[in-house]
Parts: sequence; structure tokens; C-alpha cells
Amino acid sequence: MKLLSLQRRMARAVMTPLTPSEHMRSVAPDGRSMRAVASEIIKPNDRLTSFERLEIYNRQYWFRILSGFAEDFPGLRSVLGGSRFDRMAKAYLSDCPSQSFTLRNLGARLESWLRKNTAWAGTRQNLALDMVRLEWADIEAFDGAAEPPLKPEDLARANPAKLRLRLQPYIQLLDLRYPVDDLLLEVRKAEEDTDFASNAFNERHHRKRVSAVAKLKPQPIFLAVHRMDDSVYFRRLQSEEFAVLRALRAGKALNAAVESALKKSLITVEERPSHVQHWFQTWSALGWFCRSETNKESKRNSVAAASGGPQVTKNGQRRKSNSAVV
Amino acid sequence: MPANRFNNFTDYGIGIGLRATHYNHILTRKPVVDWFEIISENFMIDGGRPLSILDQILEQYKVVQHGVSMYFGSAERPNREHLRRLRTLVKRTNTPWLSDHLCWGSVDGRYTHDLLPMPYTFEAARLTAQKVREVRDTLEIPVVVENVSSYAEFHVSEMTEWEFLNEVVERADCGILLDVNNIYVSSKNHNFDPYTYVNSVPAERVAQIHIAGHSKFRKYILDTHDHPVIDPVWKLYARAIERIGHTATLLEWDDSIPSFDEVHDEALKANRFLASASLATAV
Repeated sequence: MKLLSLQRRMARAVMTPLTPSEHMRSVAPDGRSMRAVASEIIKPNDRLTSFERLEIYNRQYWFRILSGFAEDFPGLRSVLGGSRFDRMAKAYLSDCPSQSFTLRNLGARLESWLRKNTAWAGTRQNLALDMVRLEWADIEAFDGAAEPPLKPEDLARANPAKLRLRLQPYIQLLDLRYPVDDLLLEVRKAEEDTDFASNAFNERHHRKRVSAVAKLKPQPIFLAVHRMDDSVYFRRLQSEEFAVLRALRAGKALNAAVESALKKSLITVEERPSHVQHWFQTWSALGWFCRSETNKESKRNSVAAASGGPQVTKNGQRRKSNSAVV
Repeated sequence: MPANRFNNFTDYGIGIGLRATHYNHILTRKPVVDWFEIISENFMIDGGRPLSILDQILEQYKVVQHGVSMYFGSAERPNREHLRRLRTLVKRTNTPWLSDHLCWGSVDGRYTHDLLPMPYTFEAARLTAQKVREVRDTLEIPVVVENVSSYAEFHVSEMTEWEFLNEVVERADCGILLDVNNIYVSSKNHNFDPYTYVNSVPAERVAQIHIAGHSKFRKYILDTHDHPVIDPVWKLYARAIERIGHTATLLEWDDSIPSFDEVHDEALKANRFLASASLATAV
């Protein structure tokens, strides 16, 4: 048997979902007996059959990817409930096995998969999708690229009609239908408490979380998931703020981005300059802008780049685990 | 044999794996450690805390990269994105050599994230050696391959595991990361004499040694890296050092990780054997 053929056969068996009691299935995906598949490629020894030896790898595969996946999506687990989340995770990872050398990317296709497989979240579909988007944004913000931030003097020389501000690559912009940032922070806090608490305490917290999910009402929010001092934070934005940032990310020039964002705004014309100035002061202080070629060529600036400390609203610091296998 | 071309002629002592749970201790207490081994994949990212931590570690310590998903034995070509990121990291760490496993784990672009055992065939040895050469030529540093723990053997195998290892390293002209715990685990799972394995390895190619703990189940042993090193593994290590000489040694502890001092103390037990190897060389 050629190497590629053997590896395909073994990988297919290893990646076959386990039974509910976490053992290898007796029937392979192609309908053949798994015992026959195993004995064709793997030798038995004096203690283990071919099936049992293959099963060691089958179980290790699922234990590893399920635990890595669960670690990345505690918020979704809270939304769906533990049992449904576990079944959903198996279905997702069966449909979308890892295509990356790192476990970090296990959830890369979860949002699109969940949009097609609506039964898993049922009436909580929008809430579940919001939570997945937030948790994936958190992963991307945690280890996304950071470039040298734009300095006030860079802006001082820029022409706003031509100036194209570039957002730091690690910043993730989300428009959400539910305030899932609060829920996720609560879930994480409960997880941290769980490490030290009694069973009764944990049970009370679990009930509290379930209740929090059930009570969560739709409330559109705009969020920047960003990073400061290597910690990830969730910052709520006004809708106009969000629109400016999204337009800048899309490559619009500064003036055009601000104009389009404020076109339907309820902020009065008189108040707009102070709002815009405040936003840019904050974003600059947070280091959200980085240099681009156009900036270097620009001559003057009308944007007040600013001093003043960053205003961090919500700490979504992530406890990212190592992505590698033992 | 303190240094050879496979470890870039370095003379490293006893290292331990760099793990997140010890970051704070290392950065605040600055313990004296010969070197740290990092899991490359944990740092093949674009930015953020892991790279900040790594840069702080690099200011004070020597670092060697160890990979877990190059899959030299997979029939498919190396992943270009993986190689690109690995190359970037190699430049950052200045690792004297780069290790990964003699195993496979991906097929048709799908990853199992496991270290799956090789069929010990000449075809597999040829393809694996070709891939090792390709990675080495791309990264331009010595590449060493590590023997894995295994729980299955294939009907198609044409040789023993140590013969396969020798076949690959000769064809690739690469070094070996000899994991004596893995040899012990596999010897129990497949009923062979671990000393035959250690005695068969080309000593001049061994760039590094791994030691670790494991878990014993009723019918097999699992390589879990969650216990201290057991005496039979230390004895096997002693034999390896006797044959190979003073060699860079690393303790792996990846699960149920105790305090930094406990892990380091366990690693430093290797000094007993390394000291006697140094004495023998001196005599």
C-alpha cells in the first residue's frame, strides 16, 4: 500500500466521530466494518486488537480538538448550553476539520457554518452568531499584527481630503444585535471563579449564567475588539464612530469617511466637530492608526491628534492557551 | 561529543520547555536556566502577547525551536504558509537548530493535530527525507527529527523503527532529537528492547535528547508528559549519554504542570549522567 493511500485511510478512521460513550464506531463512514478497516492496516499485538490500537488515535483526536474548540468558545457554550454545545462542536468539526497547522484556527469557519446549520441555535440564532463573531474577533485581536502607530506629527502634515488612515490590523469591528460583550465577560469571570469555588457555588453561578442568557434582550451595539499592553479589550462605540472606522478600514479618505458616517446622524451639525475631535483623540491615544504610504506624502492636517489617556471600557482579556499538541 | 554540525556546533546543557504557566516566574525571578525550548507553532503568529513574552525571554536566555506540525512523514508537500511563518520565527529566535517529529499528521490539507506513526517502508523513508531536505534548504539551519511514541504498527512496514530512523537521517543527512521516553513508551507498546534502539542510533547525528514522564494504562503506555521521569527512562538516558556523550537535554512537561522549580529540579537530575559523560571524555 502506498504511503498516501495508507494515510488517507487512517486519517479517515481517526477523524470519524466517536460513539456517545466516546469509543470508536463499529462502522466506518463508507459503511464498512471499522474492525476490517483497522485490521487491514494495523497489526494487533498480544494485548490490543487492531481496532483497539486504532481507537487510541481516534479518541485522542477527538479529545484534543474538542477541548481546544471548547476553550475558544465558552460564550457560545453558555448560549447553547453545555450538552447542545458539545453535540454542535462534534458536528461542526466533522463538517469542517482543521485545515491549519495550528489549533488556533479551529473556529475559523464556525460563523459561516452556523449560519447554514440553523437548528443548533434555534430561536437563539442571532445571539449565537453574535457570540461566535465576538469570540472569533477576540482570537484575531489577541495575536493579530500590530504596526508602528501613527504619530501626531504624521497627522500634522497630512491633507484630510487625501489622507487615508489605516487601522491597526489587530482591531476587529463588530456590529452586533445583542450585548454579548457583557455576557462573555460574565462567563469568563465565572470560569475564573470556578477554579477556586465549591460545587454549590459553581452550581449557583451556572444557574445565574443560564438565567443571564435567557434574559438577554436584543440591543444593537457597535464594538471595537482591540489590544492594549498585550491584553484584548472590548470597547463600545457610537454608531457614527463605528461607521467612520469601518469606512477608514475600507480605504476611504478621512474627509469622505467622516462625511458618509455623519450623513444620517442625529448629532447636530454644531456638535459634530467636537464629537469627531474627541473620537480621533481617543483612537490616536489608543494607537489605533498606523502609517501608510499616503500619510507620508500628505502635507497638512486638520485632525487634532491628541494627548490624554485611552479610555478603556471593558476588559475582555483572553487567556489563550498554547495551540500545540503534546 | 559536546557539539556537532546537527546542533550547529553548540554546547547546550539542560533545558526545559517554555510554558505559559511559568512566564511570570521566569520574567520576575530570572532563574538560571541553560536554555528554553519553545513550541514553534505557539509563536508563528503576527503579534500580541506571545511574541512580547518571547522577545523578553530572548533578551536573557537561549531558545531552541521545536515544532509539532511540520509532519515530515505526510505524503503531501510542506505547507508554504507554515514554512513562511517558521522562517520568520527562526530569524527572530536565532535558534541554532530546529526540531520536529518523524511522523505524519495531515493528509489532503486536513490536520489531525496528532503525531501519527509512520509505516516503516522505503517509500516513506525516501519521501520523508526529501521533505526534511526541503525544509532545511528553505530555513537554512540544521533540522533534526524526533522519534515519537506510538501505539500502532503497520502491516506494510519493511523494517524496525530504528532502522527507519537511520534510513531517513542518512538519506536526509539530518540530525536526531532522541526522545528516550518515547523509545521506552514504544518499547512497552510494541514489545521490543529499548536498549537495542538506543544502541542502533548513529551517535554522531544526535543533536539533542528529550526526557519526559508518561502514563501507564492496563494495556498500553501513553506519552502524556504529566509526570516525573521514571527510573527505567533515566537508565535508558544514561545509556544514551554513555554512547553519545554530553548532549543538550530537555525535560518535557506539558500537562498538570507543577511549579517552575519542580520542573527545573526534575530536569537537572540529568546532570548526574552528563557529569559522568564529561568525566569519561576527560579520561
